[in-house]
Amino acid sequence: MIQAPDLPAWAAFIVAFLIVTGAAITLIGSFGLLRLGSFYERVHSPTLGTTLGTAFIVLGSMTCFSVLQSRPLVHELLILAFVTITTPVTLMLLARAALYRDRTEGREDVPLIDENDEQALAEI
Amino acid sequence: MKRFIPHPLLAFSLLLMWLLLNQSVSPGQIVLGGAVALLASGAMTALKPEKVQLRSVRPIPRLLASVIVDIVRSNIAVARIVLFPAQKDRVSGFVRMPIDLRNQYGVAVLACIITATPGTMWVQFDRKSNSLLVHVLDLIDEQEWIALIKRRYEALLMEIFE
Repeated sequence: MIQAPDLPAWAAFIVAFLIVTGAAITLIGSFGLLRLGSFYERVHSPTLGTTLGTAFIVLGSMTCFSVLQSRPLVHELLILAFVTITTPVTLMLLARAALYRDRTEGREDVPLIDENDEQALAEI
Repeated sequence: MKRFIPHPLLAFSLLLMWLLLNQSVSPGQIVLGGAVALLASGAMTALKPEKVQLRSVRPIPRLLASVIVDIVRSNIAVARIVLFPAQKDRVSGFVRMPIDLRNQYGVAVLACIITATPGTMWVQFDRKSNSLLVHVLDLIDEQEWIALIKRRYEALLMEIFE
């Protein structure tokens, strides 16, 4: 089912711009995953794709199908809402696991469990 | 009312989602979606969640707006760091900050906001000392970060939940 040829040129430009921008932002985010140094730094980068990247692609999809069907379609916004709300949960889980590992290994560049421990350590 | 619809807000959101997914507001879909919403929100009661008390809904649009602005802004900032890593010395690190927000739903929303924003990530919340641990990708001034999160988000969340 190829519907895109039915799009008027002005709409095709807008849709193409939105999709390419969204894809580019997601690509930069994935690239950062490869390029940044430590685990904690790397986790920041994919959020580009899950926030603005998804937003642009969803906007592109909404524009495309709203024009094709001549009525506003908004249910794509649900995708945006769910992606944006659920990724933090996964990221937090990953970060906690990494922090647990680093603390168990006794690495010194990660913070201790709470401030009291840090103070106690500083006094030694 | 309470007995039949134990979680009205959840039931309403589920109904709204059902109608959006089916792209229809026909009576049949409303009845079907309503049934699903009632069953699902009834199942929620079995989990015995702590009651959500919204003290005020007025700050919600303001919170949403500042979250969107910050997400766009930090997307650009993180993209710049990824694409031009050699431009300046960047230090990333953990920031520990005490917060005054006590409501657990408020804290959960704050956690989602901080993690969803590129460049900042929620790592840990210590309930005993009410301090949270955030990892910041581009840490310039620790105090500035603490002030920013407190002013932009925590104040609004406290208005909403407490």
